[in-house]
Amino acid sequence: MSATRLTPEAVETARALLGSLGEFGGHITGDDVAHLEVHGNEVVGSHLVPGLDIEAEQVEDGVEVHMRVREAVRIEKPVHLCFGMLPEEGVQHILMDVTAEANSFASVQAHCTFPNAVDITHRMDAVITIEPGATYEYFERHLHGKEGGVLVVPKTRVHLGEGGRFKTEFELLKGQAGVIDFDYEVDCAAGSTAEMVARIIGRGHDTVTVHETAHLLGEGARAVLNTYMALRDDARAEVYNTLTASAPYARGHVDCKEIVQHRAVAKAVPVVEVHHPLAHVTHEAAIGSVDSKQLQTLLSRGLSEDKATDLIIEGLLS
Amino acid sequence: MAILELRDVKLQLGEKLVLNGVSADFWEGHIHALIGPNGAGKSTLASTIMGLQGYTAYEGEITFDGVSLRGLPIDERARLGITMAWQEPARFEGLKVDRFIMAGAKDKSPAKVREVLAKVGLDPDVYAKRAVDKTLSGGERKRIELASILAMEPRLVLMDEPDSGIDVEALERIFDLLGDMKAAGATVVMITHSLVVLHHADHAFLMCNGRIIDKGVADKISGYFEHNCLPCDHVNAPVLQEGQVVSV
Repeated sequence: MSATRLTPEAVETARALLGSLGEFGGHITGDDVAHLEVHGNEVVGSHLVPGLDIEAEQVEDGVEVHMRVREAVRIEKPVHLCFGMLPEEGVQHILMDVTAEANSFASVQAHCTFPNAVDITHRMDAVITIEPGATYEYFERHLHGKEGGVLVVPKTRVHLGEGGRFKTEFELLKGQAGVIDFDYEVDCAAGSTAEMVARIIGRGHDTVTVHETAHLLGEGARAVLNTYMALRDDARAEVYNTLTASAPYARGHVDCKEIVQHRAVAKAVPVVEVHHPLAHVTHEAAIGSVDSKQLQTLLSRGLSEDKATDLIIEGLLS
Repeated sequence: MAILELRDVKLQLGEKLVLNGVSADFWEGHIHALIGPNGAGKSTLASTIMGLQGYTAYEGEITFDGVSLRGLPIDERARLGITMAWQEPARFEGLKVDRFIMAGAKDKSPAKVREVLAKVGLDPDVYAKRAVDKTLSGGERKRIELASILAMEPRLVLMDEPDSGIDVEALERIFDLLGDMKAAGATVVMITHSLVVLHHADHAFLMCNGRIIDKGVADKISGYFEHNCLPCDHVNAPVLQEGQVVSV
């Protein structure tokens, strides 16, 4: 796949899409940086580097992306993906199939931008296979407009091979979330490590549902599930973190922290399930208003209550 | 000249009168100490001066540089130049040290952050980008809190047990910094249970049972530590043995 096959219109769209990232502008497009831009269900830009294969094609109900990191290849610079839509309305459906072959390494920075959204659906159905000894990192950052008219439905299933490593972060801090229904599930083989983090600010009438699940199936598998959320106005959130451990020396931790302001409502449901006496998992969840001691400390430095609250939330979501 | 004046300040929390007619003058450019047994009202008095939540419904009058503090929220008091260092500083998950210090700093430059961190004996290269969270010890957070106060350049600092969790070397550095603040015209009020801390004060108040029962130069008031207490009607006052004399 090469950018030279793209039409001038597609190239212009890719430029506009990347331009909408604004302060997210770390979307580097040098010769040694692999990247892929998808506007709606159309591929509008791409570039590959040795050891990384990406096949993308438009299908009836979306765009299929097949990505493969070749065995023992280390992709030195982060792979940049940009998914988004510039119009106010539309549907984007990404069907993604990722394979990180044995002992490979790749780090992916995905930016999802919907700056003008009024009624947009962004759906992602992904299957990620991380073979033994491989590392795959996926950082997804969302940039939404002020209207919050986006339905975001990312569903990802991860198969993590022996000694493999998977790390993912989902971040929506800019603009209004809209409706998010986030669902990540990972199976962890022996000696593997999974780390999932979601950081979300909900405003207005945003509705956020987070499902993070990890199954520690192999001996010594490890997982950490973290969710950090700040809700204000009439936003609502439900967080379901599930961690099961069924092998000796499996270790896991679930952590959910939510700050709630105004009329917002938050619910956290941590589930930990242990099927082996030598496994150990823990959880903690804290939901509440801004900590009064933190707030009073910053007030006593002369910050207004709003600025102090923003700073505390900035720290929590950093 | 008194920068902070308290006149017959009373505060009731629940059924208890925790401040019972406190009148005191805190002089500009001086280091004052508040000493006394647990429950005497020292921290309550500091919280009332700062206007912390739950400590605002006082009777009497508190004025700072001639301005009544009644009804002023914490941040407005801070903008007048009043600030506070807690005995156990707050932890801020994820918030970086430099952002914390800059938040209330007069000069919000990275250079200022480095300067104040160095002054409290913390290497800026090591600490500026660390989070003010549980990965720092209590003593480290205390020094970072002091750095944030130095950057704020306040006129009045209320310090609740400045020596708590601080090692000897760092404590000497803190005393030097308090001396610098005093030289710059700031007023420091230290709440302490330590004779060492008291000796760095110019002047001290002895509190018991919500009242100031003695005041004077530190050497005079230090008799409290030598004899553990003064006879008074506090519920925890020691029972003197026959023939025992307590003097200050």
